[in-house]
Amino acid sequence: MTVHNVIIIGSGPSGYTAAMYAARAQLNPVIFEGAVTAGGALMNTTEVENFPGFPDGIMGPALMENMRAQAAKFGAQFITDDVTAIDFSNEIKSVTDGSGKTYQAKAIILAMGSAYRELGVPNEKRLSGHGVSWCATCDGFFFRGQTIAVVGGGDSAVEEATFLTRFAEKVYLIHRRDELRASKIMVARAESDPKLEFVWNSAVQEVLGDDQVTGLRLKNTVDGSESVLPVTGLFVEIGHDPRSELVKGVVDTDAEGYVQVKGRTTATNIDGVFAAGDLVDNRYRQAITAAGSGCAAALDAEKWLAH
Amino acid sequence: MGNNTVVITDADWDSKVLKSEKPVLVDFWAEWCGPCRMVAPILEEIAGENADKITIAKLNVDENPVSAGNARVTSIPTLNVYVGGELVKQIIGAKPKAALLADLAAYL
Repeated sequence: MTVHNVIIIGSGPSGYTAAMYAARAQLNPVIFEGAVTAGGALMNTTEVENFPGFPDGIMGPALMENMRAQAAKFGAQFITDDVTAIDFSNEIKSVTDGSGKTYQAKAIILAMGSAYRELGVPNEKRLSGHGVSWCATCDGFFFRGQTIAVVGGGDSAVEEATFLTRFAEKVYLIHRRDELRASKIMVARAESDPKLEFVWNSAVQEVLGDDQVTGLRLKNTVDGSESVLPVTGLFVEIGHDPRSELVKGVVDTDAEGYVQVKGRTTATNIDGVFAAGDLVDNRYRQAITAAGSGCAAALDAEKWLAH
Repeated sequence: MGNNTVVITDADWDSKVLKSEKPVLVDFWAEWCGPCRMVAPILEEIAGENADKITIAKLNVDENPVSAGNARVTSIPTLNVYVGGELVKQIIGAKPKAALLADLAAYL
């Protein structure tokens, strides 16, 4: 079996940047992009306004297509499948993809990113696709002229709520506290949007509806009172969890599941296994920081391979 | 658009979906939907490998709001399987090939 220099698992800004750097270093990297997640979280966004070098903004999917093309230009090899199993117990590491094929490499870069978090309230799963959604750019279209809600308080939640006002008659932004974590520019934009109304100090307790969402049961986080908010759609944007399931028990993670790296490097507890992007980062979680750490992982792997 | 799937519209929904002799999987999709683009090549493969058993049809929700509305689709991709004009299976969201094949096993 061919032993590759480096296999990269994941294809957001960190995976593609790692692939580009590794390819330019003549390491012939193999990158597993994911069966249905190629391009990562930015594939489900609209305009990215804060990636340096694009003063007029760039659409998330276009940015990812560019990154992929840049890695491809230098010879990265792409496999559009998921890695479903790993074995890092030997010096030569192996990974198995969704079709059962096994690949081997000396070094591994983990860049699986993060996955959206669920509320974990009754009927959320059952009504998913029937009014409950995690992708405003995919599903906002179906709520034209309707009254809907977004739950969350970060940049993603405010961005989604603002985006959804293009379609919806009214968008409620439900947040547990009385102020947002989101950046000032996003908050200012949301506050001046006549279609957007904040619902402060409120937690969603239950999604209501038989075969379509009809409302939400809310609990006031200050006085404990309950109320029902009639809406036909709910977009959940309460944050993300690292997708570290694949390496659980093998690669060290913190209590929240973020892969732990040594100091200012991308080295994990396993010699020759590096990690980058949202999988590692519970602090910044930006496209540019993910790309930066993907670069660092490729440089770390290159140095490690040369030793 | 690939060669193994068929395009359907509001106009031919009845004849191509409800009156089909074979089971029909309808992929509700749109250009602007990232996960739809991810799952499209997988559906193309499944269509090619199971052409004798199931028809895989693509319905653009932008261009065909009536069918998407009647099917009460609020999230895409939604994959609905119809047998004898009845909805028998609904898959919401893009999934890898192995997971789709498992979901569709009864019709393949």
